[in-house]
Amino acid sequence: MNLISQMFTWLNNEILKMTWLSNLIQSFVENVFGLSLKERLGGSVHFFIYDTIKIFILLSVLIFLISYIQSYFPPERTKKILGNIKGIKGNILGALLGTITPFCSCSSIPIFIGFNAAGLPLGITFSFLISSPLVDLASLLILMSFFGAKIAIAYVVVGLILAVIGGTIIDRLHLEKYVEGYVREIKDVAVEVIEMTRSDRVSYSKQQVKDTVHKVWLYVLIGVGIGAAIHNWIPQSIIETVVGNNNPFAVLLATAVGIPMYADIFGTLPIAEALFQKGVGIGTVLSFMMAVTALSLPSIIMLSKVVKPKLLTIFVAIVATGIVIIGYLFNAFSFLFV
Amino acid sequence: MIIKVLGSGCSNCKKLEENTRKALEDLGIEATIEKITDFKKIMAYGVMKTPALVVDAKVKIMGRVPSSEEIKKYL
Repeated sequence: MNLISQMFTWLNNEILKMTWLSNLIQSFVENVFGLSLKERLGGSVHFFIYDTIKIFILLSVLIFLISYIQSYFPPERTKKILGNIKGIKGNILGALLGTITPFCSCSSIPIFIGFNAAGLPLGITFSFLISSPLVDLASLLILMSFFGAKIAIAYVVVGLILAVIGGTIIDRLHLEKYVEGYVREIKDVAVEVIEMTRSDRVSYSKQQVKDTVHKVWLYVLIGVGIGAAIHNWIPQSIIETVVGNNNPFAVLLATAVGIPMYADIFGTLPIAEALFQKGVGIGTVLSFMMAVTALSLPSIIMLSKVVKPKLLTIFVAIVATGIVIIGYLFNAFSFLFV
Repeated sequence: MIIKVLGSGCSNCKKLEENTRKALEDLGIEATIEKITDFKKIMAYGVMKTPALVVDAKVKIMGRVPSSEEIKKYL
């Protein structure tokens, strides 16, 4: 048993947390730049180089693996699977499929229309739309790397619960009349999903890695830059006053700042990590990450093309409220996780 | 042969069109390539993730950009 737990710790430290890389960059910063990590500049340079390399390694490996799995679940297939299930089971399955169906805010319109045309209840579609950007396999692994297994699993579980409850509420409110008229007129077309060969899947996954790196590299660098600034340049006292545990509005503020931001989990993590290391509550940090990934200005604008303002407002309000509640709960029970 | 590239003009759609042209050229096939950018028309094919490739009214590729080698299989 002891051996197994040692092995697990080693794997987690060396592979997921990449302590070897941290040590390597440390000796690089100390010997090549002649900077000490104890000093501000050295600490920031280390944070910047180490986090950037770590995120790009994780991003490449994870996107490849995840894309390979996702290639089995195109949205057309998800639609078919969800079409046969009603009630809360549908919401749960919708939330779960959201984690493995490839998603970007640009495809939310066709997915929304397609699901609607297939006769899926609005609530199930929203369970899917909440969970899809919020939780996926990549976020589980990358959170493990940065925050450890407990927090990662908790994040995924509460993310799924938020998606199920959010969808269920939208279902109960019977908001179908607030879907844009033209959306309801589009007929369902079943399309046969062509099976890909293994080499097709590999080349698809490679392509996804390339596209993702191309799409997010700037966000990652900005995120790491902000993270490095928080880490070493913004005084602890300011961070504590603004988002620290003594400020009762910290979670609200983190959520409000996160919602309009458009970035994926890879760009958000360095900021979250730096805040966490500065002693900001885990609930506040998670609220920020969830707000950034689940809701963003571009995705809200996209959705506004298929639903009327009332439904859009209800959707944003439910998700935002859920994120705030999750934040306060995590802060209250943080002793279980940290 | 009628080939349609479905997609709202994103960079991936252009890449798919390029790869398709290359595949046609390599195989020496004459075909017209039509671009469908209106998403109501795209939805009419049942496609939910672009880009997509339609060959003689049949959807062959959805939501990805295959290499020109792979496209040859569908022509």
